[in-house]
Amino acid sequence: MPEEVTPPPAIEVQNLVKTYAGVTAVNDLSFTVKRGEIIGFLGPNGAGKSTTMRILTGFLPATSGVVNLCGVPVATEPEAIKHLIGYMPENNPLPEDMRVSEYLHYRGRLKEVPRRKLSDRIEEVLELCDLKHVRHRIIGKLSKGFRQRVGIAEAVLAEPPVIIMDEPTIGLDPHQILIVRDLIASLRGRMTVLISSHILPEIEVTCDRVIIINQGRIVASGTPNELRREILGHSAYKLELAGEISVLSAVLAQVEPTLVITSHDEPDATGFRTFHLTTERDDPIGEQLVSALSNDTRFRLRGLAREHPTLEDVFLAATRRSWDMVDTPSKPST
Amino acid sequence: MLLVSFSTYIAAVLFLFIMGFIFTTMMDFYSTGGQETTPAVVFFQYFWVPVLFMVPLLTMKSIAEERRLGTLETLLTTPVSTVEVVLGKYFAAYFLYLALWACTGGFFYILHRFAHDTRFMDIGPLAGGFVFVAISGLMFVAMGIFASALSRNQAVAGIISGTLLFTLIVGSNYLPGVELLRNEAMKPVKAAVDYAQIFQHLSDFSHGVVDARQVLFYLSGTVLFLIFSIFSVEVKLLHS
Repeated sequence: MPEEVTPPPAIEVQNLVKTYAGVTAVNDLSFTVKRGEIIGFLGPNGAGKSTTMRILTGFLPATSGVVNLCGVPVATEPEAIKHLIGYMPENNPLPEDMRVSEYLHYRGRLKEVPRRKLSDRIEEVLELCDLKHVRHRIIGKLSKGFRQRVGIAEAVLAEPPVIIMDEPTIGLDPHQILIVRDLIASLRGRMTVLISSHILPEIEVTCDRVIIINQGRIVASGTPNELRREILGHSAYKLELAGEISVLSAVLAQVEPTLVITSHDEPDATGFRTFHLTTERDDPIGEQLVSALSNDTRFRLRGLAREHPTLEDVFLAATRRSWDMVDTPSKPST
Repeated sequence: MLLVSFSTYIAAVLFLFIMGFIFTTMMDFYSTGGQETTPAVVFFQYFWVPVLFMVPLLTMKSIAEERRLGTLETLLTTPVSTVEVVLGKYFAAYFLYLALWACTGGFFYILHRFAHDTRFMDIGPLAGGFVFVAISGLMFVAMGIFASALSRNQAVAGIISGTLLFTLIVGSNYLPGVELLRNEAMKPVKAAVDYAQIFQHLSDFSHGVVDARQVLFYLSGTVLFLIFSIFSVEVKLLHS
């Protein structure tokens, strides 16, 4: 067999469209995922995340478009695809009556893991997911955190090159989220992981790249830092100030012409308001701002802080932006 | 999935309980006076009682439960096809059904052991009865699987399969008496109804008459219901 110079990307999606009874769930989606990458898939409810994932696994047929996993087309070779993926659906369905080790054994046999290797492999994933002490417990009686880890253990069991997990951290407490996050991070480099989530800090910590989709279209994609810069402008500041706010923007413009007030609150009991400012300047201008505002007798300055926009802000801004331009066809930004 | 489920064992106990009850009642009857037929013939005449509740109990969970829990999705993303899933569920339920019936063979062994009466141990009707149960079971279980493929609610699936079975077994017994079918124009329908007389099949089998047409009836029914089940699973995937 000739060795390929560049292996095909782990996931390749081109112009994917899926319509259900006239409703377009996925609309002309295109993206590529390199091998070993961890990709976060973000989007509001009904954005088409789960549908896209189901199409990737070959569970649902697409209306049109091309999906290749490791160079294998999903539409024409579903059997080969099933050997390439580990899939954990939304809500992580598990049989209630089975024991953890029984379940993994059963799934291993289904996934055609050779019988000789299977028990070693089960030991490995039990270790990896920290499930050793519950291996003989019945799945229906396990707590949510354990069930979720059983689902992940099952997904990585056959060592597939591509792992697809639909909301793996849903409904977990912060401690369990941490464990699951470490678990996913430990797969980095070995397997390509595509996860969808609502919990944005999660995605930010774990994922190399984020794809934000809304209404079946990609509205933004890139690393969390790239997204911040692209969607929110360069820097944001938070200002707590009392005084004549009508002249504030003029004073700010003297400090930095691109500085604009994006929002402000009602004054609190002591007369202070909180302002949110953004600027295109990347370097810190906090010092100039403080000196300009504190030397001005019309204002009383209480606080100034540079804001670190979370992925949440990016997500909200990106999805809002896509709602605004819902009729114009959007193109993927990278 | 059947063997790890608690409800399977409850169903199995219930089955043996009821079969034991039927057998004991029958023995009581025999002890009070001589009968024309052997115990095996009478015993298998009650086959429809367990069929009506056992087949729905064993099959109703198979696909409906997988669909309700969502495990059908994980199942179909492993290297198995819809056909394999349906056939796997079918044969699991069928072999369990056979195994439970095989347990009732113990009743006859006990009878043989303690009655010391060869008249009670008539091997022909006994074997005929078990062959009938095995062959008719093919179709009954397929009907149960089909009902389970229709719904995501196992209670609904159970009721559907119970209704189908009742119509086929008991209903077909009464249909030939319907006045409408005496009409000359209804002759083909009448022929079909006569063909589907489950109790007639049982009586033939018990007398050692294994008619290829009857075997074909059950086999074709089995294939038909299994194909319908596979279609039903696939159609629901396309529209899920």
